[in-house]
Amino acid sequence: MSDHTIQTKINGNVVKKTVAARKTLADFLRVDCSLTGTHIGCEHGVCGACTVMVDGLAVRSCLMLAVQADGAEIRTVEGVAKEDGTLHRVQQALQEEHGLQCGFCTPGFVMTLVSLVERKEPIDEEEMKAALSGHICRCTGYQGILRAVKKLTATPAKA
Amino acid sequence: MANTADSPAVSPTAARYVGQHIARKEDPRLLTGRGRYLDDHTYPGMLHAAFIRSPYARARIKGIDTTAARAVPGVHAVYTGADINGVVANPMRSMFYPPTVKFPRFMPLSDIDVRFAGDAVAIVLADDRYIAEDSAELVVVDYEPEDPVLDYMTAADKPLVHPEIGTNLVLEVASPAETKADVEAIFAKAAHVVEETIHQQRHLAMPMETRGLIAMFSALNDMTVHLSSQGPHMAAKYFAQVFGLAAHQVRVLAFDVGGGFGLKVHPNRDEIAIICAAKKCGRPVKWVEDRMEHLIASNSAREESAKVRFAFDKDGVIQAASFDYMGDAGSYAWHPGPGPKAAEVFPGPYRISKYAFRARTYYTNTVGLGAYRGPWMFETVARECVMDVAAKQLGIDAVELRRRNLITKADQPYRTATGNSYDRISPDKCMEQVTGMLDVAAFRRQQAEARKLGRYLGMGLSVYMEPTANPMGMMATSVAEIRIEPSGHIVVLSNTHSQGQSTETTLAQIVADELGVDIADVRVLQGDTAQVGFGMGSGGSRQAVIGGGAATLAARELRHKVLTIAAHLMEAAKEDLTIENGQVFVKGVPQVSMTVRQVAETAYNAVTTLPAGMEPGLEARHRYAPTGITWTNASHICIVDVDIETGMVKVLRWLVSEDCGVMIHPGVVEGQVSGGVIQGIGGMLYEHACYDDRGNPLAATMKDYLMPLATDVPVIEFGHVVTPSNTPGGFKGAGEGGAIIAPSTIRNAIADALSPFNIACNRFPLSPDYIVMALEAAKKKAA
Repeated sequence: MSDHTIQTKINGNVVKKTVAARKTLADFLRVDCSLTGTHIGCEHGVCGACTVMVDGLAVRSCLMLAVQADGAEIRTVEGVAKEDGTLHRVQQALQEEHGLQCGFCTPGFVMTLVSLVERKEPIDEEEMKAALSGHICRCTGYQGILRAVKKLTATPAKA
Repeated sequence: MANTADSPAVSPTAARYVGQHIARKEDPRLLTGRGRYLDDHTYPGMLHAAFIRSPYARARIKGIDTTAARAVPGVHAVYTGADINGVVANPMRSMFYPPTVKFPRFMPLSDIDVRFAGDAVAIVLADDRYIAEDSAELVVVDYEPEDPVLDYMTAADKPLVHPEIGTNLVLEVASPAETKADVEAIFAKAAHVVEETIHQQRHLAMPMETRGLIAMFSALNDMTVHLSSQGPHMAAKYFAQVFGLAAHQVRVLAFDVGGGFGLKVHPNRDEIAIICAAKKCGRPVKWVEDRMEHLIASNSAREESAKVRFAFDKDGVIQAASFDYMGDAGSYAWHPGPGPKAAEVFPGPYRISKYAFRARTYYTNTVGLGAYRGPWMFETVARECVMDVAAKQLGIDAVELRRRNLITKADQPYRTATGNSYDRISPDKCMEQVTGMLDVAAFRRQQAEARKLGRYLGMGLSVYMEPTANPMGMMATSVAEIRIEPSGHIVVLSNTHSQGQSTETTLAQIVADELGVDIADVRVLQGDTAQVGFGMGSGGSRQAVIGGGAATLAARELRHKVLTIAAHLMEAAKEDLTIENGQVFVKGVPQVSMTVRQVAETAYNAVTTLPAGMEPGLEARHRYAPTGITWTNASHICIVDVDIETGMVKVLRWLVSEDCGVMIHPGVVEGQVSGGVIQGIGGMLYEHACYDDRGNPLAATMKDYLMPLATDVPVIEFGHVVTPSNTPGGFKGAGEGGAIIAPSTIRNAIADALSPFNIACNRFPLSPDYIVMALEAAKKKAA
């Protein structure tokens, strides 16, 4: 098993660490970087709980190796709200619409929604809903999440 | 949203929070990645475990060679049953087994044989999970496979799953012979008899956080376990029993838990095995189940069937009913099957005075039976499906047939044929409300028009009664301990626990209202058995009723104390005082006031100024048990569009009318119902934990065990009927109902859509392949 030194920027901070070639990005974030907000729900790329942003795109961190993130800019759920605790409008919409219960799948939903509302091209409700079909929530029946989506697509696009 | 209320809430103070859709206290940390789930905890020296599981459903273990695995760098130990089974001091008997039912030989690790594909036979402990999993593959187990017993319906005559108990029958209950004879006499003379057998398939709870624990022992043999759990106290009680420890030697911690749905009510064999391993190796051991393990080795539920019969008079009034249930307990069952409970609840919302039942459960070489949201729910599934079959056979509209049989207010208090007492229920009102939310006549016209164009729409209805907060055995009570700190801040200790049910918010709403304080000053702490007294946690839709009841009564005692002290200090009559916004004042004279904080400071720090003989401090605790079951009821309707080419079912509308009494938080109530409904839709349309004919699990990934996605779900429309219960806050349970009533509702809609083809829709799931094959079979039959 080979080890590799990688350098990434995570939530704005430069991180340089040596990792095993086979370590997933999810485990790297959770174990090596203590960013436990990224959750592992299936480890086979279906549930979406481990979604993070890599260079602006939503990525399943259980299907990406840490070494593949060398040189990349990563954003996790810990890096979404402002430092003073003000929630991102995605988080705010989910809270207002009761879009979470147990909260385990929530970081993944947050990251996919943030990646969509922050992209340059405008997005409509149907497209956002389709993107969420890559996430499983077992608690809410998606009702509050879909209300949040409606709210987010009705809001002017600024983070 | 429709709303009707029978009588006002019973709180002594103006409800400022109860009934409001306020922001959840849990959300800021859960939305920002600051939750504390099981896998987020770590300890110095902690080892990581991986299990070696049987690939055979039934086999003898002839030998286990761990040499190669033990040689891997980073591997600390490889344990088999011979190494660790002796760590347990007492039999692993499930706490849900009645004393009269024989319990099989449960071992932490299987040692002489394996009884389902997924049965754990060895554990690797290593520096990290990667090494543990690699090494697990190097463990060589010599199996001698045998033919597995897979069908519960024929298991009675098959080889024994658990030879040591001498039978594959887990339990059998039945009505007395005279009741049966009585009921049969009515069937013999009835104007109409309707009979149908309904089969339901194996479901999995599938919380997004799988099972897991970290177990460790102190030098004094005190056990600490972080556990992904619904009931930390239940787990602690079980661990103490199994390991022969005193209750005060066991501490179980569960902070944020990523869903449970019944699965995490009772610890399983794997958890016990990890604790044994931690004890044996002397270091903290973490095991987080991976999703494949979860799919094959966590408990399953709902592999069951029942023959339902109704006797009607010429007007469609039920004269008698019978329910003959059979269920699969799998191998290592954690409860002996929901049959007795299902049989007890079967009469449901209808006037059924003559009723006979039988319920049997059998062991098979499949994964063990566990609890899953509304474990007894097959009574509603079977009853409501067959009510629709009856409506069709009798030529009476399905709504009208139910209307002729529902229990109304005039019938209450009502005693069911199985001895349950109903009071303050509203099944008739809910059915009228939900049918009023839909223009049924307009839908029937639309359905007829659509059929002309080859489009098959259907409408389904169900009505049900749910026994919530059943005060039985160890589930009877919860305690709330509330203290107002000298600073005026309020801490509520509760053992309700939460896996998404929002009890940190809802209990704070109750306490803030009772005490007249700002909810921001109230903090609810739960999930640590060292912090608060015994209580089973979440399960059986009990949190609002029992936990909320305890919080209400403890807060009232504390309010009494605050007012007593304030009256003494303010030289006012206690009866003249009230508390609002954290201020105690003479009613109508807000200028004369003192703050709750000032009262608290006095209570702790100026004790000589307290009324003579009063205990200092501001603390109260109350342990509450309801006097009986609190019955919740609801009626749901859904509209589906069935594509007869592909068998795909699209749910177009879903309407709910429910009565959970006083709603603490409408968003939480609707969230609970919605989550259950969508699980129910998944269960009826796709979810199937099936096996092949050798007992190999076929649903081993989330691409095989299909759960509903955001793109599959309807918008759920709500109506509420509010009939307060006779419990302290007027609450009723709301946690399981959606999952109980949804399956029959959608099944009835699909059967209605496909009514031109005369398809039975009695074997679930009604997946696309089932529907396509059933349509083809019907076509062949017609040709």
